Amino acid sequence: MTLTMFTLNAFYGLALAMNMFIIASGLNLIFGVLRVINFAHGMFYMFGAYITFTVAKSWGAPFFVGVLAAAAALGVIAFAIERLLLRHLYDKEHLMQLLFTFALVLLMSDAAKMIWGTDQYSVGYPPGLGGAVNLGFVALPQYQLFLCAVGPLIAVAMWLLVDRTRWGRVVRAATQDREMLSALGVNVPMVYAAVFTIGSALAGVGGALAAPRIALVPGMDATVINECFIIVIIGGLGNLWGSFLGALAFGFVVQFGTVLAPNWQDVLPYLLMLVVLLIRPWGLLGRPETN
Amino acid sequence: MPQRRTLVASAIVVLLLALLPLSGSRYAVDLATEVLIYALFALSLNVVIGFTGNISFGHAAYFAIGGYACAILLTTYDWPLAVSLPAAVVLAGLVAAAVGYFCVRLTQIYFAMLTLAFAMLVWGVAFKWKEVTGGDDGFTGIKLPAMLAHHVGYFYFTLAVVAAGVAALWVICHSAFGLTLVAVRENAVRAGFIGVDTRRMRWAAFTVAGTFGGLAGALFGMYHRGMYIENAFWTESANVLIMVLLGGIYSFVGPIFGAAALHLLQTFTNQYTPYWPTVLGLILLVIVLVLPDGLIGLAARFKAHRGARRGRT
Repeated sequence: MTLTMFTLNAFYGLALAMNMFIIASGLNLIFGVLRVINFAHGMFYMFGAYITFTVAKSWGAPFFVGVLAAAAALGVIAFAIERLLLRHLYDKEHLMQLLFTFALVLLMSDAAKMIWGTDQYSVGYPPGLGGAVNLGFVALPQYQLFLCAVGPLIAVAMWLLVDRTRWGRVVRAATQDREMLSALGVNVPMVYAAVFTIGSALAGVGGALAAPRIALVPGMDATVINECFIIVIIGGLGNLWGSFLGALAFGFVVQFGTVLAPNWQDVLPYLLMLVVLLIRPWGLLGRPETN
Repeated sequence: MPQRRTLVASAIVVLLLALLPLSGSRYAVDLATEVLIYALFALSLNVVIGFTGNISFGHAAYFAIGGYACAILLTTYDWPLAVSLPAAVVLAGLVAAAVGYFCVRLTQIYFAMLTLAFAMLVWGVAFKWKEVTGGDDGFTGIKLPAMLAHHVGYFYFTLAVVAAGVAALWVICHSAFGLTLVAVRENAVRAGFIGVDTRRMRWAAFTVAGTFGGLAGALFGMYHRGMYIENAFWTESANVLIMVLLGGIYSFVGPIFGAAALHLLQTFTNQYTPYWPTVLGLILLVIVLVLPDGLIGLAARFKAHRGARRGRT
């Protein structure tokens, strides 16, 4: 592999990693606070991509309006789901929550088919980001560069929000002792609703930003949800920087795997998770379960 | 030892099923064969879920191994069925034992994800090892002994094998071993205190589940005259998981009802509407919000309700 090829692949791997991180960080946030494993997260991602297609392509609005629309729409959908249904399930077994989110997947997949049909769609690169930056030995596409910038920005923003604000302290307290927090006068149900909304909006944004990179097809949610789980598990459940690290590992393994071992890329992420779980059962930055 | 009532009831069910081909409907016989196979598959998964409290997300792997191995031994190597079938089942059990050895170190979501990862490796092998498994074209044209080639013959064969498999699982789950598993599920720490090697117990349960899952897979492959990589994919694992949860995990027979209900419902729904996912999604919502114990829990509640009413009058 020449230096040019290596750089280009590393760069594509990084861009993939950052895109995946945006999605996985939402899943991770929801799990970290609500302890809910949200299978519908991949569906939220798919809706994000489709909504961007409708807004940016069918209605002709600028691409970033599409991204905002996706985030807003997913936020509203998620808020409604949490308030109307999910909040009744926090006290029930994990299995029930899991089944609930799986039911959402099924209902939303049919809804997507009814709204958008089963055709394949594509969203072009936004104007100004369609070109490439020439470094002399290699030319890097601008859109992927943009993703490489957005990913860390979102990571830092989330870290600031959860670790450095009063609201973040409340969120962290909610993971520790819900009842005590409620007794202290915090409206815990609204904290949960906000976390679910933000986490799901991140899936929407992730899908919107992925849209120019990929083909929009029914079923695109399924691959992504598994990949998000892999990333979150590799990094350590509930750990933000763990997910970042997990996304990086995932991005590089998939990108280089596609080049070095063509057709094995579907299995490689699972192999990566297998190896990590066998060596560090709680993920790279996770802590052992306490029970 | 099973109660007399259980024995009589099972005998009646098997007998009634055995009479089914008299109806002369090929459709009914085929549907019953499929339901029987899925019932055994779901029941095998529940050894892990219901009896140890761990959710396996990769049970399709053993189904696929049993199915592919039996198909390949019968067709590529021309082994007789009497050897191919046991060999396939043993192979599924061995792989489950090897995978389980690693998986039972973990619990909860980590356990589920590790089972999923191993299952996807099995899928990857089925996909890539084209010379042996046929890759994504599937492994087709399975050779069956003449007496099983006819659908009625195959139905009786399936009925016999599934009945034997269910009986074996019943004995296993109601033995001291099965009761110990329940103790591990209910309180692993306490079970450990009284001297139970909890990890080993869960390992054994995983192996048993994989073995019987392999048996179901072998029956499935022969019934369809082919195995396809979708049978090893995680969607198949999710499907059987829903069967188990729909039926109810805390009862031995629950998964059988879950498998029958889900498969029949899917078959009938597909005749009328392409929106089976919506139907299934609504069913799941009902389970989650109204019926957390599954169908068996519903039956139990109905019985209790009737009993209460009878008591009053």
